[in-house]
Order: sequence, then C-alpha cells, then structure tokens
Amino acid sequence: MSDAPQLLSGDEAIALAALHAGVRLGTGYPGTPSTEILETFDRLGGRAQWSPNEKVALEVGLGAAFGGARTLVTMKHVGVNVAADPLFTAAYTDLAAGLVLVSADDPGMASSQNEQDNRHYARAASVPMLEPMDSQEAYDFTLLAFELSERWHLPVLLRVTTRVCHAKTIVWPQNGFAAGSPVAPEPGFKRDIPARVMIPAYAKPAHRRLRQKLAEIAAWNNAEGPNRVFAGGPQLGLIATGIAAMHAREAAPEASLLTIGLTYPLPLETIRAFAQGCERLLVLEEGDPVLLDAVRAAGIPAEGKPEQYRFGELNVARVRRILAGDQSAEPVPPKGKPPELCQGCSHRGVFEVLRDLNCIVAGDIGCYTLGVLPPFQAMDTCVCMGASIGVGLGLRHVLPEEEARRVVSVIGDSTFVHSGITGLAEMVYNPPATGHVVMILDNGTTAMTGQQEHPGTGRTLSHDPTGRIHFEDLARAMGVQNVHLVDSQAPEGTLAALLKDLLARSETSLVVTRQPCVLAAPKIRFYEKAAADRSATAPAPVVDD
Amino acid sequence: MSKVHNVVIAGLGGQGVIKASDILADAAFRAGYDVKKSELHGMSQRGGSVSSDVRFGPQVWSPMVPTGEADVLVVLEETQVEVNRAVLGPDGVLISPDLLDAEALKNKKSLNVTLLGALSAQLPIAQEHWLAAIHANLAPKLHKLNEQSFSLGRAAAAARETPAA
Repeated sequence: MSDAPQLLSGDEAIALAALHAGVRLGTGYPGTPSTEILETFDRLGGRAQWSPNEKVALEVGLGAAFGGARTLVTMKHVGVNVAADPLFTAAYTDLAAGLVLVSADDPGMASSQNEQDNRHYARAASVPMLEPMDSQEAYDFTLLAFELSERWHLPVLLRVTTRVCHAKTIVWPQNGFAAGSPVAPEPGFKRDIPARVMIPAYAKPAHRRLRQKLAEIAAWNNAEGPNRVFAGGPQLGLIATGIAAMHAREAAPEASLLTIGLTYPLPLETIRAFAQGCERLLVLEEGDPVLLDAVRAAGIPAEGKPEQYRFGELNVARVRRILAGDQSAEPVPPKGKPPELCQGCSHRGVFEVLRDLNCIVAGDIGCYTLGVLPPFQAMDTCVCMGASIGVGLGLRHVLPEEEARRVVSVIGDSTFVHSGITGLAEMVYNPPATGHVVMILDNGTTAMTGQQEHPGTGRTLSHDPTGRIHFEDLARAMGVQNVHLVDSQAPEGTLAALLKDLLARSETSLVVTRQPCVLAAPKIRFYEKAAADRSATAPAPVVDD
Repeated sequence: MSKVHNVVIAGLGGQGVIKASDILADAAFRAGYDVKKSELHGMSQRGGSVSSDVRFGPQVWSPMVPTGEADVLVVLEETQVEVNRAVLGPDGVLISPDLLDAEALKNKKSLNVTLLGALSAQLPIAQEHWLAAIHANLAPKLHKLNEQSFSLGRAAAAARETPAA
C-alpha cells in the first residue's frame, strides 16, 4: 500500500490506521460523528460489523481481544453510556490483543441529544485516553492506542470530537508500526482465569493491577508520551487538547503551547515543567474543565475559561475571547433553515395521525424525532435510545385514566433493536391498567445516521443478506396481546382507526408501520436485486447420492 | 503562498455543498497546499442549512473559517446568502446563482460544480487540479456534464469581471 499523503477525515484516518495495525474485527453502532469509521474500514477491506447496540459491540470486541485479535470498537459519545457496563470491568481484565474503543463526542450537539464530555469516562473507568487534534494524529494515535493496549493488556479509549471526525486534513500514513513495535498476535485461546473471570477473589487483585498499570503509563507519558511543545514567548503558556490546540495555535501564535495527546493518565511532570517557564498559564479545552481541575489538583496554578465557554464548540474567535478574558455576550449567528422530515417521508403520515388524535407521545432517537417540529409538534418526550417505551409506560402508570389512554410510545426500527426490546418485556411484565400502545416506525434502515443496516433489515454492514429479526413475530412470542402491521399500501384512515381502537382497550399493543425511507428505498432495491442475482447464479449444492 | 485562503460553501441539504467542498479541498491538496476542510454532518440531509469551510495555504491550523475572515463565500441557494454573509471578510467576494444566466443554471444537479467554476477564477489553483479533483470525486458518467458546468461557471465569472464594452 502506498505511503503517499492523503486528504482524509479523522474517521477515515482511524479506519486506515486500523487496517495498517492489522485489526481483525471492527464492531460498533452507528452514530454521528463516528459512523464513517467502520464504513471506511469495510470499504478498505477490513471486517466490520454493526452490532444491535454499543454494549454488545464492546462485548463482541472484548471477546475478540481475549481471543488474541486486534479489535476496534466505535460509537458516539452517548453510546459509551450504553457500553459503560462492560467497559468498567474490561479495564480490570488482561487482554490478549489490543482493544481500542473510539468515543466520538459532539460538543455543540450538531446531531445529538446532549454534549456530555467523555473525558470523564477515562478517569471513571480507569482506562487510558488518547485525544488527537487532526487526522494525522487520529492515524498515529490509533496505531499508538494498539501499542499501549497490548503493552499493558487493557482497553484504550480514543476520544475524538466532531471537528476531528469530520474535518479533512492531510495524513502521511506509515503503513504499520514503527520498527520495534509489537507484532500482531495470532488469534488463539489461552486460558487465564484470574485475569478474565471477575469474581471478587480475582477482581480485588485485578483492581490493584489496574492502578499499577496506570502508574506505569503515567510514567511513560511523562517520559515519552505523545505530547508536543510549540515554543513561544514566556509571557503566555497554553495547555490544550484535541481540536482546541489547533484553535489555540492560530489565535495565539506568539504563545508557548503544550498539547497533550495522552490525556489520561496525565503527564503531570511534563505539565509542571512547562508551567515553570510561563508567566501566565491557561488551560484551553472544550467542554468541562477536566484538564484544568487535574492541573490545579496537582498544585500547578492555571487559569481556565469563563463558564460561558463550557457550552458548545470552541473556535478561533472564542479562544481569542478566552485569552482576553472577554465575558461579554457573544454574537448570535443568524438562524439557518432547520432540518425537517423529507417530502414523501413515511413518518409524516404517522405524526399527522398522532397530532390529530391528540396523543401524548413518548418519542425516541432518530429522524422521526423531527416529528416534534411544526407542522406536527407530535412528540412530548425524547431522552435516549429506547426510552420511548419505558417513559410511555411510566406515564401510563401514573396519569389519570383519560390522559393515560392518550399515551403512545413511538420508536424507530433500528432504535427498537438497539434498546427497545427490553422495554417491550417491561410492558408485558408490568402492564399499566389502561394497557399501552407501542409503535415501531419501520423505514427499513438506520436513517438519521446515513442509512446503515441493522438486525431488522436482514443485511450486514456491507449490505449482504443475513439473519433478520421480525418485529411482529418477536412481539407475539414475547406475549404482546395485539400485534398489527400497517404497510405503505394501507388505505388512508387505516392507521387512525386502528390506533383509536387500541387506545380504547386496556391491553398491550404493538403497531408496526412499514414503509422504506424515501432516501434509502432505491439502495434497498439495489441490495435486494444484487442478493437475488447472486443466489440465482450460485452453483447448485453438491448432493451425495 | 504565505496567506491562508478561506472559502465557505453554503446551501441546503441535498444540494451538494459537501461534495463541492470535497472537490475544492482535493484541488487545493493536489496543488500542493496544506488543506483543512470542516463541516457539521448529521441533520444536514434533512433539507436544513449546510455550510462547509475549506482553508488552504502553506500551513493551516484551525479547520474552521473564523467569522469575518472568509475570502470567498459560495452560496448555492439565494435564501442562504443572508444566513451566511457574516463569514465574509471586508474584501470578501460573494458567489451565488445570481451570477449565472439561464443557460448555466440549466442543470440544477451540477449547480455546485458550476459555482466552483466561478470560484476557480478567485483562487490560485491551476485548472488541471480542479479537473483532476472533479474526476476523483464524481462517478465517471458525471464527468463530462460537470466539466461543462465548471467551464460555464468559470466563463460567467470572467464575463462579470470584464463586462462587454
């Protein structure tokens, strides 16, 4: 493969580095701004899979790493909440091969429900974290993450943000590790019960081992970590991480700048030495004052940013304001045209019905969240993936009967597989007195993130046929009392009449509305035709006589 | 080569804003510049406002064009001009469909590349790099149409700069 420079997004750079690192399996769940990592890895020839959700993705990745295969697991920031359970204990285990978990954060919430700062996870889970500031570092740090993961046998977090994931910058690939770096292990099972079975007897020493590993990594970070100093004058010293380092370099080229690549565990001695040469020291970071608090806790006096800059992304103008201590109101950019449900989108008709029936709608995460905007305004709650069903049930349990009977949970097909199935179990197990109605708006794709496959489509990440979960069969098997399908051919008024009937009953109901996403439909037809053509030309099975 | 060139391309989801910025960034990359390009994805394909920043020069730091520092603002949809005007610097140039005659506007699907043609008159990037970037970023069956659109846009910009006597 060529080592010529390429113009790559951070996501593409991570995928290329994973390929060069010999990653045998990539797993994840789609989510902006992380989605393109696995799609690119697949396109480059790597083996990549969408899992039903981030928890499963990390568990599959963990099994692969126990089995001696380098593994990449990708998700957006809120996905790490879902994967947090395996993550915290995976940190106690000893891996047989490198495992890198990419957390793609979205400060400013370009396409997310919150702007949580996942740097907190490194400290909370006791897992090293690397934070690249451009695509070159995204590439380099992915390789480095595998090295660190294998040297200390623990998962490594690679935290990127929207402006690293989606910005394109020039990358000089080195196609593999530098000389002297670890060779990719061959998969194979080696029993190591105390390192992998986290019962208290083994977890207690494992916790101590983990803290010892972190102490060693901190020493390595001080001695030779991926931290850079841009020399400048002594008047102003800046410490920055991620994309903030780029804004800092542009806003204050005269300042001395220390950029920190391995942000947990921190190179506190490196920071202390840098601070001693500066008359004024300021920490520049997007989001929460994570770095600032750690620097101050180490007894290094530093300034941070005023509270107003905790919110949203940083940029060069905001960094200039921070340096000037400017706490005046910032100019508000003119409002653009908001996104809306596409013309011809199958969700439109559903939200018209929900609006006209005056339903109380517990909503969920996906394109259909746009049902909250005019002309529908037919959504009353939206919190996290899968929450529609639990929240709908909670409302049903406590509201007066007249209101309870108006409550409907609305969830998309991919979101249902992600974390709606347990909600359905709750509905069957703890049904409200008025029953409940759950709607799956099945448009045959993970639409909002760019039309990815999921277990309900029956196609893999690469769009090849595979096993498929049938929602109606699943709901019947789970014991939901009424299961209905309303497809695109149903006459007008069908859905409204059905909902009215179900809302009046005190039973548990699932309604699947099925019509392909208008943007995805041509591609879905193409994938189906390709699969049909392939099976038609496949050689006849050999039969022994 | 000492200056960083700042270009912002804006429009609505589905108009090819990001494709246009991919082509510009690739052309600048082929011309030997340091390049950075950045935008927000996600909600954009639902028809909302989209804008993409492209910066190139000897060395580029931040991938975002600071407000008031764009050399050129390319807008694919007239309603999006006012929304984005603040990015332009005091001597900044606005390029919008307004610049084009009916003939150049005929193919809506290649409006993004037509306006890149107009943009090309403002930037120190040789034509060969533009064409190579168009080829690298579009399917082969679209090459001819987009080459024509690019030329139309370039000619429209030239005509505006030197009006007939």
